[in-house]
Amino acid sequence: MRILHLAVLTILGFLLASPVLAAEPFRIGALFSVTGPASFLGEPEKNTLEMLVKEANAKGGIKGRKLELVVYDTQGDATKAVQLATKLIKNDKVSVIVGPSTTGETMAIIPLVEKEKIPLISCAAGIKITEPVKKYVFKTPANDHVAAEKIFNYMAAKKQKSVALLTVTDGFGSSGREQLKDMAKKKGIAIVADETYGPKDTDMTAQLTKIKGSKADAIICWGTNPGPAIITRNVKQLGIKIPLYMSHGVASKKYIELCGPDAAEGVLLPAGKLAIYEKLKHSDPQYKLLKEYDKSYKKAFSVEASTFGGYAYDSFLLISEAMKKGTTPEQLRDGLEGVKKLVSVSGIYNMSSADHNGLDLNAFEMVKIVKCDWELAK
Amino acid sequence: MDLADQIAQYMVSGLSTGAIYALIGIGFAIIYNSTEIINFAQGELVMLGGMFTLFFLETMKLPLPLSILLAVLATIASGVLFERLTIRPLKAPTPLSLIIITIGGSILIRGIAMLVWGKDTHALPAFSGSEPIAVGSATILPQHLWIFALTGIAIVSNKLFFQYTITGKAMRACAVNRRAAGLVGIDVRRMVLFSFAISGGLGSLAGIIVAPLTMTSYDVGIMLGLKGFCAAIIGGLSGGIGTVLGGLLLGTLESLGAGLISSGYKDAIAFVILLLILFIRPQGLFGRAQTERV
Repeated sequence: MRILHLAVLTILGFLLASPVLAAEPFRIGALFSVTGPASFLGEPEKNTLEMLVKEANAKGGIKGRKLELVVYDTQGDATKAVQLATKLIKNDKVSVIVGPSTTGETMAIIPLVEKEKIPLISCAAGIKITEPVKKYVFKTPANDHVAAEKIFNYMAAKKQKSVALLTVTDGFGSSGREQLKDMAKKKGIAIVADETYGPKDTDMTAQLTKIKGSKADAIICWGTNPGPAIITRNVKQLGIKIPLYMSHGVASKKYIELCGPDAAEGVLLPAGKLAIYEKLKHSDPQYKLLKEYDKSYKKAFSVEASTFGGYAYDSFLLISEAMKKGTTPEQLRDGLEGVKKLVSVSGIYNMSSADHNGLDLNAFEMVKIVKCDWELAK
Repeated sequence: MDLADQIAQYMVSGLSTGAIYALIGIGFAIIYNSTEIINFAQGELVMLGGMFTLFFLETMKLPLPLSILLAVLATIASGVLFERLTIRPLKAPTPLSLIIITIGGSILIRGIAMLVWGKDTHALPAFSGSEPIAVGSATILPQHLWIFALTGIAIVSNKLFFQYTITGKAMRACAVNRRAAGLVGIDVRRMVLFSFAISGGLGSLAGIIVAPLTMTSYDVGIMLGLKGFCAAIIGGLSGGIGTVLGGLLLGTLESLGAGLISSGYKDAIAFVILLLILFIRPQGLFGRAQTERV
């Protein structure tokens, strides 16, 4: 009797479930390191994506389909990322995955998404992610060498011929160091000093003293706060007069605040346009979008939108664009590869079968810090 | 800039970093001497000093000197609380379990600080401007002078306290022999509590005077704590001049190593020294095999 009951219920369940299945929402999976050492990346990414999905659903979804977001926290751990990616694909049956936040985690799950044929839009910057091109893997942040090239082009215009490198010994710094050396060779700029520092170091005067003795025309420092801020202060302390270039990793007001107004004056860096959108011409194609993103992010989370959250924004726009071509994973992949002239936060995307990142030099602007504020460098 | 000028700058930079290592190292030594445990939460006390100052200065809008004073007191209170809640309740304390407790405590304190103050890095204003001062061909900042002066004062008053006050003498007695000290009527547990209070105070002082130079965030304690620990080991865990010299030596070698050999090996230099000392002279560079440790 009981078994019969159960059978009836099951059948009823199936019957009831099927109309729901027909209007099933489009499922987006996301892996971000919301906690742990890379939480400064994962937190704004998660916030941004949740905000956008909510907005889109309030407007009735995309092409009449509601969106459903499944976010998991990888804690910056590659092993967890693989487990959670498996869960997203097998249990949650998502059609596309956004994230992970770091290069290491992304590299770890690439074999899985390639095997399962689920498109992945990574929010990590490492060049290895999309070079060589993998069929189902895309990424939104611009490659480090684009930022490096931007600096060297600027240096060439200013007739600076030799440079001293000071890079942090973490993933961001070592990848930057390789790209800088590579790009310097291409641009014919000599590297006369190649120093490093630890992410938790508190004084870099030793390295800078050595650089001061090297007679370089300029210094390029590659790192994320607080190291670059300490270096900027050390440069001032040692009375080093040559130009100091920073990476796009410090393109936030926080960096200026940490350096103090004196030390930060005159520092040059390639900045993503979000950090400086107020300084852009209003005719800039990205201006309106950046302003709206910053406004709504501030309203929802009462902090400024960050470049990192922007990576999730880009992913979302790419997905909505790709959905126009169809919503199965295979159609999405083709849609993503076909994205052209998509104006977003990190830049304007032009994907192709040879380029799964789609950003060029225009993703950055060279800026100079003048009186505690950004100014476009000429 | 020729080599001699460069070396002068390496020395000056190294000494100022070393002074900080010394101050943190002494905190380790004081607790070790009265409890025989290495307090791995010492770095967290350093962090708390900087973060509390920031809290009083920016959130409560108090003037800097008052903020510093309150931050030292708050960190002392944290040190005392830490001892009360984690070290004292232990029924059968062994050095190993106590050390593991301090590691756990450090993770807990770091976690709480992260939740309360967020993950951002913060800068404290320099005590008296940031115009570089020339020392020969090298330059230092006014803040470095504060570091030297305050480290000096802290070390001298520490010495005086342990030599001439009855409490200080009682703590030294505990260091020599806990059981005997207890037998002559010294309240050993209270002395342990004092040692946590004092090293909390010294740690917070270190955290406060470096914060304008190095910034502070919830996780600065790890590396500073380790370097302070190295300084204390080089100095043979003495609460006095040994650890000071250990800190200065460590700072200078790091700076010279980074400048003359390769900056990639900077931390390696510190830890190679630590290992060498532990292998070859476990009693410290300046200690005799059996020595009074305070």
